[in-house]
Amino acid sequence: MMRLPRFRYLAPTTTQEVAEVLASEGPDAMVVAGGTDLLPNMKRRQQTPKTVVGLKGVAALRESQNGTGLRLGAGLTLTEIGEDPRVREHYGALHQAAVQVASPHLRNMATLGGNICLDTRCNYYDQNYEWRKSINFCMKKEGETCWVAPASKRCLAVSSTDTAPALIALGAKVHLLAARESRELSLEELYNNDGISYLTRRPHELLTRVELPDATGWKSTYWKLRRRGSFDFPVLGVAAAVKFDAGGGVADARIVLGAVASSPIVVSEAAEMLVGKELTDGVIEEAAEKAGRKAKPMDNTDFVLHWRKRVAQSFVGYALRELRGDDMSETRWNTAKIRFGD
Amino acid sequence: MDEREKQRLKCTVNGESVDVLFDGYKTLLEVLREELDLCGTKHGCELGECGACAVLVDGKPVLSCLTLALECGQRKIETIEGVGDAKLHPLQAAFADLGGSQCGYCTPAMILTAKELLERNPDPSLDEIRESLAGVLCRCTGYQQIFDSVEQAAEELRRGEKAEVNS
Amino acid sequence: MSDGFNLIGKARRRVDGRSKVTAGTDFADDLSLPRMLHCKLLRSPHPHARVKSVDASKAEAHPGVHLVMDWTDLPIEFGILPVSQDEQGLTEIARFAGDPVAAVIAEDELTAFEALDLIDVDYEVLPVIAEPTDSLENPEPRIHDYGEEGNIHKRVSLRFGDVDGALEGADEVFDDIFFFQGNTHLPMEQHASLAAVDPQGKLTLWSSTQTPHYVHRALARVMEMDPAHIRVVAQPNGGGFGGKSDVFNHEMVVCKAARVLGRPVKIALTREEVFYCHRGRHPVLMRFRTGVTKSGKITGTKLQTLVDGGAYGSYGVASLFYTGALQTVTYDLPRYQFQGCRVFTNKAPCGPKRGHGTVQPRFGQEIQLDKIAHKLELDPAEMRLNMLAKPNSLTANYLRIGSIGLGECIERVVKASGWNERYRNLPDGKGLGLACGSYLCGAGVAIYWNDMPHSGVQLQVDRSGSVTVFCGCTEIGQGSDDVLVGFVAEVLGIEPFDVRCVTGDTGMTPVDLGSYSSRVTMMMGNAAIQAAERMREQIATAVAKELEVPAGRLVFANRRVFDAQDPEKGMPFRKAVNRAEAMLGTLGSTGSYAPPRTAARFKGGGVGPSPAYSYTAAVVEVDVDRTTGWISVPKVWVAHDIGRTLNPVLARGQVEGSVYMGLGEALMEEQVYRKFPSKLSGAYVHKEPSMLEYKSPTALDMPEVFTELVEDPDPNGPMGAKEVGQGPLLPIMPAVANAVFDAVGVRVDEVPITPEKILRALDRKAKGEEGRYGPESFPEVRWPEPLEVPPPWDGGDGRAVNDPDRKRAAKLAEVKSS
Repeated sequence: MMRLPRFRYLAPTTTQEVAEVLASEGPDAMVVAGGTDLLPNMKRRQQTPKTVVGLKGVAALRESQNGTGLRLGAGLTLTEIGEDPRVREHYGALHQAAVQVASPHLRNMATLGGNICLDTRCNYYDQNYEWRKSINFCMKKEGETCWVAPASKRCLAVSSTDTAPALIALGAKVHLLAARESRELSLEELYNNDGISYLTRRPHELLTRVELPDATGWKSTYWKLRRRGSFDFPVLGVAAAVKFDAGGGVADARIVLGAVASSPIVVSEAAEMLVGKELTDGVIEEAAEKAGRKAKPMDNTDFVLHWRKRVAQSFVGYALRELRGDDMSETRWNTAKIRFGD
Repeated sequence: MDEREKQRLKCTVNGESVDVLFDGYKTLLEVLREELDLCGTKHGCELGECGACAVLVDGKPVLSCLTLALECGQRKIETIEGVGDAKLHPLQAAFADLGGSQCGYCTPAMILTAKELLERNPDPSLDEIRESLAGVLCRCTGYQQIFDSVEQAAEELRRGEKAEVNS
Repeated sequence: MSDGFNLIGKARRRVDGRSKVTAGTDFADDLSLPRMLHCKLLRSPHPHARVKSVDASKAEAHPGVHLVMDWTDLPIEFGILPVSQDEQGLTEIARFAGDPVAAVIAEDELTAFEALDLIDVDYEVLPVIAEPTDSLENPEPRIHDYGEEGNIHKRVSLRFGDVDGALEGADEVFDDIFFFQGNTHLPMEQHASLAAVDPQGKLTLWSSTQTPHYVHRALARVMEMDPAHIRVVAQPNGGGFGGKSDVFNHEMVVCKAARVLGRPVKIALTREEVFYCHRGRHPVLMRFRTGVTKSGKITGTKLQTLVDGGAYGSYGVASLFYTGALQTVTYDLPRYQFQGCRVFTNKAPCGPKRGHGTVQPRFGQEIQLDKIAHKLELDPAEMRLNMLAKPNSLTANYLRIGSIGLGECIERVVKASGWNERYRNLPDGKGLGLACGSYLCGAGVAIYWNDMPHSGVQLQVDRSGSVTVFCGCTEIGQGSDDVLVGFVAEVLGIEPFDVRCVTGDTGMTPVDLGSYSSRVTMMMGNAAIQAAERMREQIATAVAKELEVPAGRLVFANRRVFDAQDPEKGMPFRKAVNRAEAMLGTLGSTGSYAPPRTAARFKGGGVGPSPAYSYTAAVVEVDVDRTTGWISVPKVWVAHDIGRTLNPVLARGQVEGSVYMGLGEALMEEQVYRKFPSKLSGAYVHKEPSMLEYKSPTALDMPEVFTELVEDPDPNGPMGAKEVGQGPLLPIMPAVANAVFDAVGVRVDEVPITPEKILRALDRKAKGEEGRYGPESFPEVRWPEPLEVPPPWDGGDGRAVNDPDRKRAAKLAEVKSS
């Protein structure tokens, strides 16, 4: 049986206490909420924090609140996000992303904050200690080389969060709490396109909540590509949000790709060209092509990378056609084994 | 806490209070199997990739291999040992009768997961059954007889409920 | 069909059903003993290296560590086949990344794990033989110092009749190359073993094994112990599929450690380690050349296979022969040639997985038939129906076919799937594919030569009326205990609940060779019936005397023994047993089974013969997206010729489980390796040794399956029964490939059939090239001169006419007699 390494465990009960612990422990401490990302990594010795700070007892992280938009505590589970009627009604992309993460059991455990901060993934890195030792480790942990592209100066591990592309498309902000100075930033700004320092969150900061703006007039969707109907991380995620004007034309749009780089990729050119147009087949095709060009998958996940690059365009097309009102349920079922909209 | 010092867990397992000492690195899976001798909870990967170790914590199906025992204080835990008594639970009977269990290794996780589903949704559609069981892999059955078993148990439970209401 | 039977054919709860749903089944890792210690293995990071020295001093000094061992503690080699004794408990030469070189035994598993990193191993790193082409091209360095030559483990060349003439005389000759990627069993239970020296000083091993008898033999050899002082208990397996049918190094290690330390020692493998145990499906490259007449009759087939064995022999010689054995049992094949070559590579060893060795060539054969039907403008179902092998016949390679229900299987799936209306008529992107298969009901020859039974059953009946049945057979989830108890209860007219069952324990039960080659129902079943009939005879003798009725008129049913002509006249089973015990003394009986002698008399003819063959036909429906190549399978129809159904619940489960595993192999499962740039690293590792990245279909990925059981009782089968555990897997992969062709008009001639490959084939077709994805060539192999075995219709007698060994023997005999 795989075993966790030994560690010291702390269980603060308020966000302020967490912030203080993180400030005093430094980078040797890591927080654990659902445990579905950190604990496998610890068992494989990818992450070996001396101190583990449990967040399960911090009630404040589980609060949600209506305002002009919606405030979601980082400690809400993905099941709770998926079942929240406000999310389902106004923030379709987040609902669809949340219910497609991993498996039902993992969604009962995993939290929104955890999915946003999910460690980047790579099939040279997500291996146990002995395996990594036999390849002389990799740049992300204990080694020198990025085996995905040995000439690369940076780590090419993949951003594999489903909820982040959806949240970015929805214009979400996140709140980072620290013992001294807290800050709020757009979710897009939380990420770096670097497999190692993929977050701009500093080790002493705690992601406490997500703020979603008012979504009146917006429609959004999330399309996930993966091999199986359950368990798998995305090998491609497409989140799209469109605000329609009274005439049925596009007033505003956002398209975000997931799992094609070390951070979610906002494809503004594709989104911007939609503005002022109707979503005709031709317009959708052009936007999908523009967006697809931004997908730069590497050979470190499931499926062949050329194919993943090529289907990015198709998936952007699916998303936009669905937002236009096409019935995409059969394509959705065939590719993702999920049905929405009943 | 010191990392080598034994930790103490007080919680409820299958309706009984438990007070046990364990090594802090152990997950709920390890404490159930190794400290409490409840070996009905299985394991197939210990990384959250197969679902064989599913148990109910406060009524929700979760993976015991990724649950720190340190975080189980005061929680209500249900394992396969707590399902049914001298008489089998309708899910157990259906799995045994209809081929829902072949080698039996994923069975505890399947039954506990299905039990929570039927408590939440007494009359699930086939798609809902598929969706809820998609977090537990089975390599023997091809799942069909598992779906059949859940459907039969659901019917049995609904009949039982009705009988109770009528009596 | 339950004509005249008490139980047979009726759906009922399996005898171990209750224990499986209540945590009542103890798998090997569920066992623990007082003072038990825990073992972890240090595995080689190098794909090929010699262990020069092992410095364990730091590990031994680690608090909680009791023992560290290396190959010098377990030098004696073992292996499942007598011809390939090539493994060590801990190896001196690491032959793949993951080969165990040292072991730590400690007070808990975490401590043992921590100590692994404290062992210093000095390796002499050797060049890597990565792929079969490397094995063929590089005789040095040799992975093993045995085998045919260089890194070629074994070559075979067999010719049954004038196949060249048959191809020349054909109207069309089809020449196709296929590749079947390797994949693994992935049982949900990870292997575990617990060893202990009992209070009398004898050794016991409890293990997740499908073959306790073979483990027993290997242990005696490696431990240098009298086998009478070793007991191997096969705990119920949490799935096997062939993956637990070998003898494993971790089993040797815990036994040795338990003997050294005098304390129980357990090992429980991680999932990654299970991938290194492997023994799964061999990657096979194959070339089929088949001649056909315009009407779609086969004139002859030449088959070549290149089999990637991985690092060890395992069952490989048998696997190799199996790639050429069963082409003849489904369709009339008058002339046949088979050439096969198994090579060693520095990967985890391959071995037997469900359908052992016959799955890969079946994939090629059934796709080639689809290509033939397409070219000749014939219906693939009808074409097959017109060339079925005949029941009660001998094939070109001397396999004796008994019953064959394949025709009815094809007709059933054709009807159920609406084949005649829907095939070639579905909208673009949707398609149907048909394929067939056949499998053994037990290997006709044991793994080591002996003239003893393959299965033994012993019955004890006591005065409480309780019946206990003892048999070495192994419950791996398939329901062997249920089959055993079912037959005994049927013959004695009692309920399964009245029978106790002790199985898989070499210290308590008569030998059964194990749960492999779909032999259990056939062999254990026949032995169980014989034992039960002998018991019934004893009881009948006593009851006949008491009732003054001829013994032959007594019926055993409903827990009673009574006169067929006057059912009121009789007695309860328990009383009958008491009468018998009073008359005959303590009651016991035995039964045993050995398969019929094979008709093949040529070298290599020992692989393929079986008491009976099961047959399956399947139709698969697919949905393919032309822009992405995405493939999904909404429906599968499958009909299996089972001879006779014993318990329809279990039979259906085996069929559906086979379809499931077949779809995994068809669409996503593959065991692949990753080679690192040699300038930067010599690493050659399993690419994805995890449950997450080795893709096994989930509950959401499984299509609807419509199962039909065809019952054509076989004279050799117990009450007519044939196997059902493996055969139904065979047609699934080729049926998917054939359905893809119907859907979008391209061929994927290899598994897994992924969206990438479909899209590549579609691209090629769009460019005006051949719409195909698959291997392009078959490498040069120096084949030996074929053994010439004339088929029965050419006057052959099952012997090779040019066997040099036989010629020598004949000459010797001549000299002697003169």
